[in-house]
Amino acid sequence: MPLILASAASAAGYVFPNDLHVYWGLMIVLYPYITGIVAGAFIVSSLYHVFHVQSLRPVAQFSLLFALAFLVCAALPLLVHLGQPGRALSMFLTPNPSSAMAGFGYFYLAYAALLVLEIFFIYRPVLVLRQQAATGGRRLFYGVLAVGSDNLSAEALAMDRRIVGVLAGLGIPMACVLHGYVGFIFGGIKANPLWATPLMPVIFLLSACVSGIAGVIVAYVVLSKMTGRQPDRACLRTALRFLWGFFLVTFALEMLEIFSQAYMATSHWQTLRSLLWGPLFNSYWVWQVTVFSVIPLALLGYLSLQRVSATVFRVLAPLAAVMALLQVFLMRWNVVIGGQLISRSGRGAVYYDPGWLDREGILLSAVILLLPVAVLYGLGRILPLWPDAGEVSEGAPATGSLNLSSVESVKQDSGEEFA
Amino acid sequence: MDELERIREEIDLDRRRFVKKVLGGVIGGSLLLVLPAGAVKVAQQISGLAAGTDPVDPDRKFAFVIDITGCIGCGYCCVADKNEFQVPDGYYRTWVERYVIDDQDNVHVDAPRGGLDGYATARLDIPHPVRDTFFVPKLCNMCEKPSCVQVCPVGATFRTADGFVLIDRQRCLGCSYCVQACPYSVRFIGPESRVAEKCTWCYHRLAQGLRPACVEACPVQARKFGDLNDRESEVYRLLHEPNVISVLKPEMGNEPSLHYLGLRREVV
Repeated sequence: MPLILASAASAAGYVFPNDLHVYWGLMIVLYPYITGIVAGAFIVSSLYHVFHVQSLRPVAQFSLLFALAFLVCAALPLLVHLGQPGRALSMFLTPNPSSAMAGFGYFYLAYAALLVLEIFFIYRPVLVLRQQAATGGRRLFYGVLAVGSDNLSAEALAMDRRIVGVLAGLGIPMACVLHGYVGFIFGGIKANPLWATPLMPVIFLLSACVSGIAGVIVAYVVLSKMTGRQPDRACLRTALRFLWGFFLVTFALEMLEIFSQAYMATSHWQTLRSLLWGPLFNSYWVWQVTVFSVIPLALLGYLSLQRVSATVFRVLAPLAAVMALLQVFLMRWNVVIGGQLISRSGRGAVYYDPGWLDREGILLSAVILLLPVAVLYGLGRILPLWPDAGEVSEGAPATGSLNLSSVESVKQDSGEEFA
Repeated sequence: MDELERIREEIDLDRRRFVKKVLGGVIGGSLLLVLPAGAVKVAQQISGLAAGTDPVDPDRKFAFVIDITGCIGCGYCCVADKNEFQVPDGYYRTWVERYVIDDQDNVHVDAPRGGLDGYATARLDIPHPVRDTFFVPKLCNMCEKPSCVQVCPVGATFRTADGFVLIDRQRCLGCSYCVQACPYSVRFIGPESRVAEKCTWCYHRLAQGLRPACVEACPVQARKFGDLNDRESEVYRLLHEPNVISVLKPEMGNEPSLHYLGLRREVV
C-alpha cells in the first residue's frame, strides 16, 4: 500500500496531468514558518545585545532559548516530507553546489552553532554557579554544560560579554542569510509565477522578524501568566513597537508585490489573478490580508501611539501578537501551497485540502508545531528563562550578589519591573 | 455451348491465378511488415547508431521532434510508455493534450487520463463553432539548461555527456524540488518508489540501438527521434529546412531538445 505523498481535491480549467498533485504540503509550510520564528526571535535578542535597546532586557536571553527550541525542531518537517528520509544526510555530505536547497544544512548548522555558543556565553556564569551549588549527577550535568569552566572573575565575565556582543552582531547577518535564503528556495523557482520574484527573500526575511517578535511576545505573556509574574510593560511596549514596524514594512511589500504585478498585467498576472481570486481567495484576501493583517496592524498602531489602560493593553497586546503569528503562517501557506495550485499550463488551478491523518496532514503538523514548546519547557528546567531568576543567587551563597543582572551590568532594578 | 464452357474455364483459371496472386501478395506483404522487427538488425533503427556502439557519445546530439500537424490523438504512445515503465495510474511520463480553438479564439484544452484512451469522441461542450483542433504530445524536454538539474540538492538528477537528463533513483531524496522547478511539469514523485520519475526518452532502449517506445508505437510518425549530428537523419532535415518549428516556453531559457513541428502559439 503506497503512502499518500500528495493529494489534490479538485481542479478547475486545464491542469497538466502531473500538476494535480501537491507535493509540498503542510510540512513545507511549517519549515519556513519555524525557521522564520528562529530568525525573528534572534533579532529580538540582538536588539538588546547589539543595538542596546535596554527595555528588551527581560526577553533578551529568553528569546535566544526560544529560538533554540524552534531551531531544534526546524529540520523535522523536512525529514517527514522527504520521500527517502534515510538519504537526507547526503545533502550535507555530497551537496550539489548549484542547488538552493543544498545550502540548508550548512546555514542551519552554522546558525545552530552560533546560537548555542551565544547561549553558552550568556549562561556560563549561571551554569558555573549551579554546578557549584549542586551535588552528584546534577553537579556533573552542569559541569558538562559549562564545559568544565569555573572562572567567574571580573575579567572572565567581561570577556563573556565581549564574546556575546560579537556573536550577537555576527548573528544578525546570519539570521538574515538563514531566512533570506529560505525565501530564495522559493524565489529562485522561475517556473512558478507566484514564487519567482526577487522580493521573495526580502518578504520572507521581514515576515520572519514579524513571527519571531510576535512569538516571543506571546510566549513571554503566557509564561509570565503561568509562573505568576507580571510581564514587564515597558518591554512589551517596545517589542510591540518593533512588531508594528516590521509588520508594516512586510505588509507594504506584500501588497506592493501584488500591486506591481497587477499594474504591469503581464501574462504572469493573468495566472496570479486566477489563483488569488480562485483557490486562494479565502486564505489570501479574507484571512491573510483582511483579518490577520489589517486588524492586527490597526491594533498595534493603536497600542503604539495611544496611551491605553493596563487592562486594555493586557488583552490587546497578546491578541495582536497572536494575530501576527497567524498572518505569517497564512503567508507561508499561501506562498508554499498557493504556488503549487496554479498549473504550469497557465490554464487551470487545483484546490487542495490537507488531510488530518496524511503524512503531511494537520495532526502531525500540530504535533511538530507544539514540539518546540516541549523543548522550551525542557530548556526552562535546565536554565533560567528570565534574567532575574532569584534561584541562581540563592543557590550560590559565596557569590550571592552575582546574578545575571549584575553580570550584564544593567543598572535597571529588576525588582521594580517584575513587581 | 463449348465456346461458353471454354470461356468459363478460362475465367476460373484467371480467378484462381488472381486469388493466388492476391494471397501471395498479402502473405508476402505481411511478412515484410513483420520481418523487420526480428530479421533486420534492430540497432540500425536509429540512423547512425550501429549495434555495439556506445550510445554515450558526446559527439551525438539527440533530438526529439513532434509533428503536431501529424498527431491523430490515438494515445498509442501513452500506452506504449505506460507499458514500458509500468507507470502508476494518475502519473504521466508522457501525455497527449487535445486543443480545440473556437471561432471566438477561446482555447479549450483537455487530456483525460493523459490521453491514454485516445480521443475517440469529440468534445460537445464547446459553445462556439470550432475553428481549429489538434493534438499535442508532451514528454521530457531534455533541456540543455535543465532547471531540475540545477535545483537537485544531491545531484541525483543529472545531465549525461550525450545530453540526457536522467535520475539516479538510488540517490534521489524525494524532496520534489525538481518537480517544482520543471517548467513543463513532466516530473512526479512515484507513489511506490517515492523518488522523482520522468520520461528518459527511453535511454535504456537507445543503449541497445532501439528507438524510444513511444516513437516506435506512433502509427503516423508524429514522434520523430534521431541524431542531429547525423545529416541523414530526419530530425536534422526537419530542423535545417524552413519548417515552422519551435520549442515550448522558450522564455524559460531552458533550451529544450524537444521540438514541435507546426507549433501553434496557443500551446503552452
